[in-house]
Amino acid sequence: MSFLEVENLEVTYGAITALRDVSFSVEQGEIVTLVGANGAGKTTALRTITGMVAPSKGRVIFEGKDLLKVKAHNIVASGVTHVPEGRGMFGNLTVMENMELATWTRRKDKGQLKKDFDRVFSLFPRLAERKSQKSATLSGGEQQMLAVARALMSKGRLMLLDEPSMGLAPILVKEIFRILVDINRQGTTLLLVEQNAHMALKIAHRAYVLETGHVVMQGSAQELAKDSRIREAYLGG
Amino acid sequence: MSYFIQQLLNALQLGSIYALIALGYTMVYGVLGLINFAHGDIFMAGAFFGFFIAVMLKLSLVPTLLLAMFLAAVLGIAIERVAYRPLRKAPRMSLIITALGVSLFLENFTRATLGGQQRSFPKLLNVQEFALGGATVTNLQILIIVVSLVLMLLLRYVVQKTMIGKAMRAVSDNKEVLALMGISLDTVVMATFGIGSALAATAGILVGMAYPVIDPYMGIAVGWKAFIAAVLGGIGLIDGALVGGFILGFVEIFAAALLPSTYRDGIAFAILIIVLLLKPTGLLGRPVVKKV
Ligand SMILES: Nc1ncnc2c1ncn2[C@@H]1O[C@H](COP(=O)(O)OP(=O)(O)OP(=O)(O)O)[C@@H](O)[C@H]1O
Ligand SMILES: [Mg+2]
Repeated sequence: MSFLEVENLEVTYGAITALRDVSFSVEQGEIVTLVGANGAGKTTALRTITGMVAPSKGRVIFEGKDLLKVKAHNIVASGVTHVPEGRGMFGNLTVMENMELATWTRRKDKGQLKKDFDRVFSLFPRLAERKSQKSATLSGGEQQMLAVARALMSKGRLMLLDEPSMGLAPILVKEIFRILVDINRQGTTLLLVEQNAHMALKIAHRAYVLETGHVVMQGSAQELAKDSRIREAYLGG
Repeated sequence: MSYFIQQLLNALQLGSIYALIALGYTMVYGVLGLINFAHGDIFMAGAFFGFFIAVMLKLSLVPTLLLAMFLAAVLGIAIERVAYRPLRKAPRMSLIITALGVSLFLENFTRATLGGQQRSFPKLLNVQEFALGGATVTNLQILIIVVSLVLMLLLRYVVQKTMIGKAMRAVSDNKEVLALMGISLDTVVMATFGIGSALAATAGILVGMAYPVIDPYMGIAVGWKAFIAAVLGGIGLIDGALVGGFILGFVEIFAAALLPSTYRDGIAFAILIIVLLLKPTGLLGRPVVKKV
């Protein structure tokens, strides 16, 4: 049994079927990426894992536990964090307050929290300088960093990331991906959704390609990066 | 001059009451986007809780107040659980109608079970007068103002500094992401209704002591005024409720001092309309900008 096991997922929104018979798995310690074009169902897959969307069929098993039976707000306590599409800022709250809220489930553990804040701020020095700035006034790149930093403060064992590179300048994309590799090396398993297949395949161990709600290809990231169909469809030839 | 000080104290007293109740409207609106029209009736229920606790259990002021706050919190939480939560995803109009229904229910249920007559509120304080710069002040007036101010400061602290307060502010930004942080929206909503209702109960008891009669319909006019205060200051904003409450208190007292007293309600509504025409989001409200 894998660390995360998604089996035969089907999700419909009214008449639209967003996912049909989608299966994938993630092993502990891996970076796995789901790549695919707009509307392929990547976001839907992540939202199903963290209980924001209920599937009509299928199973989601994490560390042997059926996540579909867990309420959305208890998923974090089960060990899965989610950096949502569009960053999901609490815009009226400061950087620090955004991060504090992510520690809700372990707010009693003051001593450990202090260490975790120090560790996360050392990963994101730009955020450390902006602790008391309202998150709505951060730049797009800073907001994306805050979204990742916030998920780190929840201390999951598996982190889902929905297009962390969206809307960022190339240099910032590089920085974010470098930090993701760092986070993975420090022991967090990553499931990364990306349209930027180029960067995603560079850091991932394995990849799945989604097309209109189906998994059409899977394999090691290195092999997929060489595949001619992938190069044509997602890597600009 | 002494007349002016007298009116100033009256205005502070009235403004405190409006502000205490307006906080409940504004907090619920901030978290759920709902105008809880039953909130004025929770103020009434709080006054009745205080009445029965003082008369039947013969408790003194502080325990009466604390127990009534607790009971009102339970009532507010129960109303949300039974009447509003099942409609959380329903069209907003359904929620508004339900809130009006709950309001009518509380008024009429109270009248049916306890009778519609006015009851004199028990003396929880030995009222004493003393002079202040030529004006006459009572210890009750001071009590009302001080208790209100202390609760307002306490609430501000809770909302700014505690985790539940931060969660309350976060809800209006992004409900869905709240769950991703491991926070249950229901928990935040319960805390909001509980705190707002306890503040309204405090106002109910203070009004009961000052007036000193209570009846099942006492929440209607006061509830509307507090709602106006919340909108005036900028609904959804804690400081807006405070500013709106005190402005309304001052306007009413000074309008009544200068004009025949029947004008005062009309003036309150006229001010609301003028402010909203000039600043649709209320005095402290920021213009609505959607960041993409
Ligand atoms: N709330 C919703 N209601 C109706 N349809 C939806 C909803 N959310 C997603 N869909 C549809 O489901 C399909 C998959 O959407 P999803 O957001 O999962 O795609 P995606 O792969 O994340 O795309 P993108 O790369 O553009 O973010 C799309 O056709 C979309 O229109
Ligand atoms: Mg998406």
